[in-house]
Amino acid sequence: MKFKSRSNEKVEMQLTSMIDIIFLLLIFFVMTFKIAAQEGDFNIRMPIGGGSGAADTTNLPIKLRLRSNTDGELVDIVVDETRSFGNDFGKLRAFILQQTGGNAPPNPEEGPEVEIDLDYNLRYAHVISAISAVTGQRQGDQIQRLVERIKFAPPRKPQ
Amino acid sequence: MALKRKFDTKAAEGDMTAMIDMVFQLIIFFMVLINFSQDDQNQSIKLPSSELAKPAESPLENPIVLNLAFNGNVYMGPETSSIAGLRPLLELEANVLKSNGKSAKDANVIIRADGNTAGGMVQELIKKCQESGYEKFALRAKEEVGQ
Repeated sequence: MKFKSRSNEKVEMQLTSMIDIIFLLLIFFVMTFKIAAQEGDFNIRMPIGGGSGAADTTNLPIKLRLRSNTDGELVDIVVDETRSFGNDFGKLRAFILQQTGGNAPPNPEEGPEVEIDLDYNLRYAHVISAISAVTGQRQGDQIQRLVERIKFAPPRKPQ
Repeated sequence: MALKRKFDTKAAEGDMTAMIDMVFQLIIFFMVLINFSQDDQNQSIKLPSSELAKPAESPLENPIVLNLAFNGNVYMGPETSSIAGLRPLLELEANVLKSNGKSAKDANVIIRADGNTAGGMVQELIKKCQESGYEKFALRAKEEVGQ
């Protein structure tokens, strides 16, 4: 009896449809891919009618007044109603460095406190710049912390 | 004179293995990088930038994200409200926390405000949250590129 011999041809998978789908997936991910900037937080503890954190009767908060023009641009930074730094956040940071000695307290609930009092119209971006100048400075990849306790004064009425 | 055929009559087929490997690696790359945490972010809000804005090492506990737009609208999840009309939404969140054995004091209110918003609006928003018992706030900024 004769047996029919099997074909020696290689069995090949049909890859075309798989490659089509893979390319569609790739195009989808490429089109929806968005390089988003990293986001970080400035933490503020503000219980109603109180300061931030434990009451500290020995140290009054540093009062930081931010004045703006009618367009919401920063005009003047005044500390404790006496020192004016124009709109230079570098000078403000130098002042805070001088006040803190460049060292943040080990416990974030301690140390000096800054109360920010701003004109209603002042652009929020300037507020964040002021908070950045007060809370620390970047040294290479490291961040040197200065003031951890920040609070806002009650809002002023719109001009 | 009979010429010997040099080539096989079968269609020439390229080796797809390397290409498929590459494409799979690209897909994996994009899938891993896709950021699902942006669901609570409102893309119309342009955050102010700061050199000190670094992503937190651990996520904040009990976060409540409030997106404050330039026009004063507050986006809280799918809800939109004015600052003055935010109280019912905040109370609702406080009740959810209470049902989990926590209070508004344990929540972290993350404020994502547009850089061009009036600073006074952010203060009003904080005040509104304080009235509902919230104490902990996080002002969100984006990391300044090129530092």
